[in-house]
Amino acid sequence: MNLSFWLNGEYRHEEVEPDRMLLDFLREKGCYSVKCGCETSNCGLCTVLMDGKPVLSCSVLALRAEGKKIVTMEGMQKEAEEFGSFLADEGAEQCGFCNPGFIMNIFAMERELADPSEEEIKEYLAGNLCRCSGFTGQTRSIKKYLEYKKAQKREEAEA
Amino acid sequence: MLKIKSYVKVKSIAEAYELNQKKSACVLGGMIWLKMGNRNVSTAIDLSGLGLDTIQEREEEFYIGCMTSLRDLETNAALQEYTQGAIRESLRHIVGVQFRNCATVGGSVFGRYGFSDVLTMFLAMDTWVELHEAGRIPLAEFAGQKKDRDILEAVIVKKNPLKAVYLSQRNSETDFPVLTCAASLSGDRAKTVIGARPGRAMIVEDTRGILQGFGEMSRREKAEAAGEFSKFAAGNVPLGSNMRASLEYRKLLAEVLTRRAWESLGGIGK
Repeated sequence: MNLSFWLNGEYRHEEVEPDRMLLDFLREKGCYSVKCGCETSNCGLCTVLMDGKPVLSCSVLALRAEGKKIVTMEGMQKEAEEFGSFLADEGAEQCGFCNPGFIMNIFAMERELADPSEEEIKEYLAGNLCRCSGFTGQTRSIKKYLEYKKAQKREEAEA
Repeated sequence: MLKIKSYVKVKSIAEAYELNQKKSACVLGGMIWLKMGNRNVSTAIDLSGLGLDTIQEREEEFYIGCMTSLRDLETNAALQEYTQGAIRESLRHIVGVQFRNCATVGGSVFGRYGFSDVLTMFLAMDTWVELHEAGRIPLAEFAGQKKDRDILEAVIVKKNPLKAVYLSQRNSETDFPVLTCAASLSGDRAKTVIGARPGRAMIVEDTRGILQGFGEMSRREKAEAAGEFSKFAAGNVPLGSNMRASLEYRKLLAEVLTRRAWESLGGIGK
């Protein structure tokens, strides 16, 4: 079946089977940042943005992307690199397998919540599982990253 | 593994209803549960092009389209105000934000799953479902029916004055609940719902009138009624065992959650 959608800012026309999941389809198209962790909609590794909202690509039919804007980490390299340095500074990157889904959900949170508390951060990211760490390093890195972005915005507003 | 032969994004509910009369056809909700089973679907019917993904606040009711995501339900300010945050509490423990952006109200309610937080919460309110063929029927009636080939268009919550509380117990954060409990007070009507029994959520009828006049009771009377009714509920609601919890544990939880819910509604909770 035909599928027309935006992938990382590029309008694409593709052929897709009716039962192809978005996760498999995106990987076929070279978006290897999108990982398959659990396939039971629990781990968050396959998180991508669909029209700006984070969704589990393992649970979305590729055909449901029709007319939508899909963003994977390949489309946010600069931002991911910026946040990645905060993760690394806190020793929170570990094996790195969960990072792409985790980072995409942080970008979604950043857009949705203004100045989130630690409790709100933890609640928003509850659907992103990491098997290596105890989430403390990640939490520290997110708080420092959000502080940095806040200061950056303040400086831009004052300039 | 889920196999789909053909996919149709329907242009009307009538078209969806017609396609769905074939046993091997299937209406798609958020697909979270559907995709985990082994199933051969001849026609996957997608309602996502019908504009049924919004919550409309009308004068006398909330009209919640079947394709509304659980996340939109959770973040709807008017519904949170109406339920004093009980709806949000019933949803925020369901896996994660990404999951709740996928899962739909229609999928959750039509599925009538035993583990459903959503069904428990909606049963505690004056909730109706709008079906293409059967029309509007009370959710309590719908929840007791077997699944058929009708199409759920919307869930309707009547805006009667309401005080509501939602509580659940989980073995670990984001897991299915071991037990759910919703309590509400609407005028004189006191309603208690127990779910994840592990069977479908059900209303525990106050046949002894323990909670009658609860709103006008003194603080001490409220505490006594909450305690007495929680014992009654735990002793009368059918409970069972599964891999998450034993019947005995659920019995204890049913009593504790029911008491806490009614203490909270009475303004005497911790």
